[in-house]
Amino acid sequence: EAFEETPMLVAVLTYVGYGVLTLFGYLRDFMRQWKIEKCQNATERAEQKDFVPLYQDFENFYNRNLYTRIRDSWNRPICSVPGAKVDMMERVSHDYNWTFTYTGRVIKDIINMGSYNYLGFAQKAGTCQEAAAEVLSQYGAGVCSTRQEMGNLDKHEELEELVARFLGVESAMAYGMGFATNSMNIPALVGKGCLILSDELNHASLVLGARLSGATIRIFKHNNMQSLEKLLKDAIVHGQPRTRRPWKKILILVEGIYSMEGSIVRLPEVIALKKKYKSYLYLDEAHSIGALGPSGRGVVEYFGLSPEDVDVMMGTFTKSFGAAGGYIGGKKELIDYLRTYSHSAVYATSLSPPVVEQVITSMKCIMGEDGTTVGKARVQQLAENTRYFRRRLKEMGFIIYGNEDSPVVPLMLYMPAKIGCFSVRASFKPY
Amino acid sequence: MAAAGMGQQWVLVEMVQAFYEAPAYHLILEGILILWIIRLLFSKTYKLQERSDLTPKEKEELIEEWQPEPLVPPVPKDHPALNYNIVSGPPTHIITVNGKECINFASFNFLGLLDNEKVKSAAQASLKKYGVGTCGPRGFYGTFDVHLELEERLAKFMRTEEAIIYSYGFATIASAIPAYSKRGDIVFVDEAACFAIQKGLQASRSNIKLFKHNDMADLERLLKEQETEDQKNPRKARVTRRFIVVEGLYMNTGDVCPLPELIKLKYKYKVRIFLEESLSFGVLGEHGRGITEHFGINIDDIDLISANMENSLASIGGFCCGRSFIIDHQRLSGQGYCFSASLPPLLAAAAIEALNIMEDNPDIFQTLRAKCERIHKALQGISGLKVVGESFSPALHLQLEESCGSREDDVKLLKRVVDYCMDSGIALTQARYLEKEEKCLPPPSIRVVITVEQTEQELDKAASLLKEAVQSVLN
Repeated sequence: EAFEETPMLVAVLTYVGYGVLTLFGYLRDFMRQWKIEKCQNATERAEQKDFVPLYQDFENFYNRNLYTRIRDSWNRPICSVPGAKVDMMERVSHDYNWTFTYTGRVIKDIINMGSYNYLGFAQKAGTCQEAAAEVLSQYGAGVCSTRQEMGNLDKHEELEELVARFLGVESAMAYGMGFATNSMNIPALVGKGCLILSDELNHASLVLGARLSGATIRIFKHNNMQSLEKLLKDAIVHGQPRTRRPWKKILILVEGIYSMEGSIVRLPEVIALKKKYKSYLYLDEAHSIGALGPSGRGVVEYFGLSPEDVDVMMGTFTKSFGAAGGYIGGKKELIDYLRTYSHSAVYATSLSPPVVEQVITSMKCIMGEDGTTVGKARVQQLAENTRYFRRRLKEMGFIIYGNEDSPVVPLMLYMPAKIGCFSVRASFKPY
Repeated sequence: MAAAGMGQQWVLVEMVQAFYEAPAYHLILEGILILWIIRLLFSKTYKLQERSDLTPKEKEELIEEWQPEPLVPPVPKDHPALNYNIVSGPPTHIITVNGKECINFASFNFLGLLDNEKVKSAAQASLKKYGVGTCGPRGFYGTFDVHLELEERLAKFMRTEEAIIYSYGFATIASAIPAYSKRGDIVFVDEAACFAIQKGLQASRSNIKLFKHNDMADLERLLKEQETEDQKNPRKARVTRRFIVVEGLYMNTGDVCPLPELIKLKYKYKVRIFLEESLSFGVLGEHGRGITEHFGINIDDIDLISANMENSLASIGGFCCGRSFIIDHQRLSGQGYCFSASLPPLLAAAAIEALNIMEDNPDIFQTLRAKCERIHKALQGISGLKVVGESFSPALHLQLEESCGSREDDVKLLKRVVDYCMDSGIALTQARYLEKEEKCLPPPSIRVVITVEQTEQELDKAASLLKEAVQSVLN
């Protein structure tokens, strides 16, 4: 795993770049205020001009002056399956990215290195799509009810049993949205009087779930086991702040693969620490399930550990399975508790049936239960592609972050001006 | 050098001379001071927080002794919420629950679009073109032309400037509120607000002020109190944003909010209104545009309308609509929008087709309203149960007139009523809540949902069956 140091010249130029952009930002704001330049922002209604302003002016400084310049690199609409090659809708802007118009042309066959379609199960033809079509014609698209009321279909039970088998845990439960799986289940597991130790670079859903739970949150440095151990020791020895009562429970939140850095969690060490200090481990495998491990079972298999050591195994179906939603797997008591007390089971709609079928078919394919070795071949191909791509980029001289085996490859650009330029040249200039 | 040396020596001589010439008390005082300084230098320093007073051995002992609670407490096997009803097959008008075929009075399929053939074929076409998943958030190649089309259609249907879609109904309002209301802002919210709103408010860390359900006098009192506070501190008041969050048709009580009075209060006290229309979208109003159409209010007066597509539109997901000034902000600040994968295209296509059907058949809303009125009247005479909800609300509650004593007993009693009805062919469900987490827990109730697909005979059958069930259970 490598996080190479930024070269000095690049760092200086980056800061200079941001400085220049900020100066120009102030200049443009000044010109807009004095009406020298037309203000392109949407504004408040005339009838509500004397209300308290909805946005602070400074909050939007970055948005107006830096982000808008290179806004066309994101939110690009596509109009085909997010497979290996993708068709993009052509989008032009005549006023420097303030508004976009679609010319109606479609740019075909752009190599897709942006979608999280790790094993290629997002397909428009094939067993997965056919099974999903079958279920769609039988069940319809929606469910119109929550799990605890009338929304628990036989398909959901089938899916959960399959997920439990796939992960090697006693029981599992599936939810409609990966983000919501974290933000609605962490508050059900921990509350006031508990401690959450969360990695520095955790995803927004984990941070939101931790905040909503009401527990005390302490952050340890990214993948740094000494920092985690120190926090654990201090927590148990000193107890809750001020009252000194012992903590009710300690929950460690880590991710399998971190989606922005491409690093893989040091799972054996975390599990050793968790056992030594009697705390619980919540592992978010959004990116690593299906993508790591010789048979795609995730980061636990990658390190050759037992799934029983992880108390709460969470993951999503969005990436490797080409569907939508999330799951939590673990012991039967845990899942029974979540079935009763999870916010999602009580208040949120359950998964859509064709989506469930897509997960079932793709999971069976990865496990080899559909009678072919297609799944295993894909997992191996992903591992080979990852290593090849990383090796070649390093040879070409790029700075790459993250673990050698992680399919998420952050390629460092550093300077804000390069972002826009690279994005346009990579996507639209023919090679 | 020699001169410097001479200078130093000269100072030394002066010092020694001064020493001899000083009065005795002066010398003694200085001596005591020097001794005191030496003592302070060598004594142990006094720290305010006694951090490392424990020896490593004591720390090991503490770590050994500490016993955490189990990760989850055990759930009793007969907990009412543990065993779910299993629905085999599609949850449409005729539903097979736990092996028995029943008429569905529990799914929020108000307009009957769940098994509509046109909706299904539109979803099939989208499935053939795009597959199932989008494999990415909206910012990273997860934006499909179907999403853009759905947003445009929703904005046009609701007659607003812009709309934004989320991939999960619960996450819609729970992400929209914290995008605008931050720490230090003030939100006035109705007591009967649904759980998703409560979570959104909790995530926003703003000051929450609850007002009694639909009580405009109480709200005005709170607003006046806030006004007097503001006059004490006008500087702070100039940057504190204020919001009122209400629902069009309340999920927990089945009645509507008094929107015209709210608009008056909005302009009088300069508060913004966020309206949650999950139940009223596709139900109220002449064309199904929701409570603004029902009351005939200009939609620009409402700052943000949020709804989920999981009820009338029989799809999955949610949307917010309003002016571009407001909605565009969520594209970078809505957590459920930026950090989550986008809605699967087949569900977006199903929603577009459902919108088409709503636009082409505006008389279904009138039909639905008539059915609601009919069953509302039919359920009035049941002794032991009271009907909670407006006569035109398609989601009613039936609560016990007299409680048995404890909430558990009430729940058990209602379960027996529900089981009786299910055995006789009417699928009902109890309204489920998280008892410890709700701010204002509603009393236990049976949820009755009316859809356009139910015939008049079925409505009458349901009403008479409920009467029978209550009579047999309460006696």
